[in-house]
Amino acid sequence: MDKKQLAITATKARMLALDMVHTAASGHIGGSLSSLDALTVLYFNKLRVDPQNPHDPERDRFVLSKGHCSPALYATLALRGFFPVEDCKLFRSIKGHMSGHAEMHHVPGVDMSTGSLGQGISVAVGMALAGKIDGKGYRVYSLLGDGECQEGQVWEAAMAAAKYKLDNLCAIIDHNGLQIDGRNDDVMPVMPLDKKFEAFNWNVLSVNGHDYDALSDAFDKAAAMNNGKPTVVIMETIKGKGVSYMENNAGWHGKAPNDEQYAVAISELEAYLKELEG
Amino acid sequence: MAEKIATRGAYGEAIVALAEKYPKLVVLDADLSSATMTKSFSQTYPDRFFNMGIAECDMMGVAAGLATCGKMPFTNTFAMFASGRAFEQVRNSIAYPRLNVKVIGSHGGLSVGEDGATHQCIEDFGTMSTIPGMMVVNPCDGHEMRLAVEALLNYDGPAYMRLGRLAVETVTDAIPGYSFELGKGVTLRDGSDVTIAATGLTVQMALAAAEQLAGEGICARVLDIHTIKPLDKALILKAAMETGCIVTSEEHNIYNGLGSAVASYLSEVYPTPVVRHGVEDVFGRSGKAAAVLEAYGISPAGIVEKVKKALSLKK
Repeated sequence: MDKKQLAITATKARMLALDMVHTAASGHIGGSLSSLDALTVLYFNKLRVDPQNPHDPERDRFVLSKGHCSPALYATLALRGFFPVEDCKLFRSIKGHMSGHAEMHHVPGVDMSTGSLGQGISVAVGMALAGKIDGKGYRVYSLLGDGECQEGQVWEAAMAAAKYKLDNLCAIIDHNGLQIDGRNDDVMPVMPLDKKFEAFNWNVLSVNGHDYDALSDAFDKAAAMNNGKPTVVIMETIKGKGVSYMENNAGWHGKAPNDEQYAVAISELEAYLKELEG
Repeated sequence: MAEKIATRGAYGEAIVALAEKYPKLVVLDADLSSATMTKSFSQTYPDRFFNMGIAECDMMGVAAGLATCGKMPFTNTFAMFASGRAFEQVRNSIAYPRLNVKVIGSHGGLSVGEDGATHQCIEDFGTMSTIPGMMVVNPCDGHEMRLAVEALLNYDGPAYMRLGRLAVETVTDAIPGYSFELGKGVTLRDGSDVTIAATGLTVQMALAAAEQLAGEGICARVLDIHTIKPLDKALILKAAMETGCIVTSEEHNIYNGLGSAVASYLSEVYPTPVVRHGVEDVFGRSGKAAAVLEAYGISPAGIVEKVKKALSLKK
């Protein structure tokens, strides 16, 4: 996909994620919107996955360690063709099986059930380790929140990934600076993340998480390093990206828009989509 | 003379002995390989052994990731840390996604001895069996342990297994017709007056108690409940119907272990007096293992006392 197609797809995914959270009247929209550009680049241009064969043992893996951003992942998987877009209507509904946090057995394309923060990155380490044991060529990606880096397990996993020289592993941090209770800096400072990961013996790349070229370059660089170190891509992002009143507002971490707010959000994204397609 | 070996020792031998037959088996440890007895495996199969450091939570997640890629990981640490510290990782990253990870908790119970309460895990059956779909296994001797390891290798799903620190006499190899099947208890000694349903370390104590009771004219049945979950309901029900009262015995808090499982089950289907023998809701103290067990009544005499109580409740 070229840059324009990526922008169109990411915008459609944002609309779908909003639709899901609005329909369910619950869900995590802020961090979904901040991570959707990266997810779009990964699933449409980078990950070697086949929607017709979601369990292919040779496939690249993706673990949504920030499992609450399931609206972003489910929307991306639906648009990528893993399952019909209509299935998203049952997000968080007892009538279906689209769990509130990412779930691997009922949602095709989800590689690991996640939701409890800090755990997905360890699982990604295990997947990468399995790839090394078996000499397989697949890569493993895992998306974490910046607030998630307050969990000690993240750093346990970081040590293990360095010990086992998992250069087939790429962690991605959605650094939007906000978490449920407010700014990371106020709740529990996590910066400097780059120096922390360097000290843990990782390659570190910092990018604008809404710049498709920069994201693409970073993922390519991470794949090309082959220096026996895992790579972390720290993305500077805007929480709530794409919806004016949600941007940079921690209040939209886990809140659903009401009908009126939903209409405003969709109209903004529709206008942007028209502009892109124009 | 019967073999005397700790279940952890038999486990350590079994994973080495079975490694060639089960090439997907990988072993993880958290800096306790000399104690959990995975050291021999680590030396024999260094490419299939991963020392994750003192980071049990990460170890559980890494094992989950390995399992999604077709490996059969066995994670090893003390029971306290496997079932306590890493409880939520076991629940959310292993059991909820139904991944084929075997969580091995060594040094279960008071028989840790000198290390004291922080390391004497008497809650693992409870924490692990409260997780939906989690199997909980607690073999009583080296013979049973070896069979349990292979059975777990053939079971596709999450399971927790406790290992003991102390050398224990092997008793199950002398039982005619003994066979090991996950979820199926074994009648080690028949009896009609009372049933002692024991698990792990207290199985041998139950046999000793039954012998003593026989001298008093009390005929006790002894069941070896190596799988606490799923409970062998048929065997328990049969024992309740045929002997009229039950004593459960375990090196665990009387809450939420085998005793709770047996009492809960019977109260719903065939109300029967059930007296729980175990640790009476207190933390242990430091001491030689035998002295600690004695101090908390985890002994044949402790079982005999509970049997008398159970008989007094029998209608």
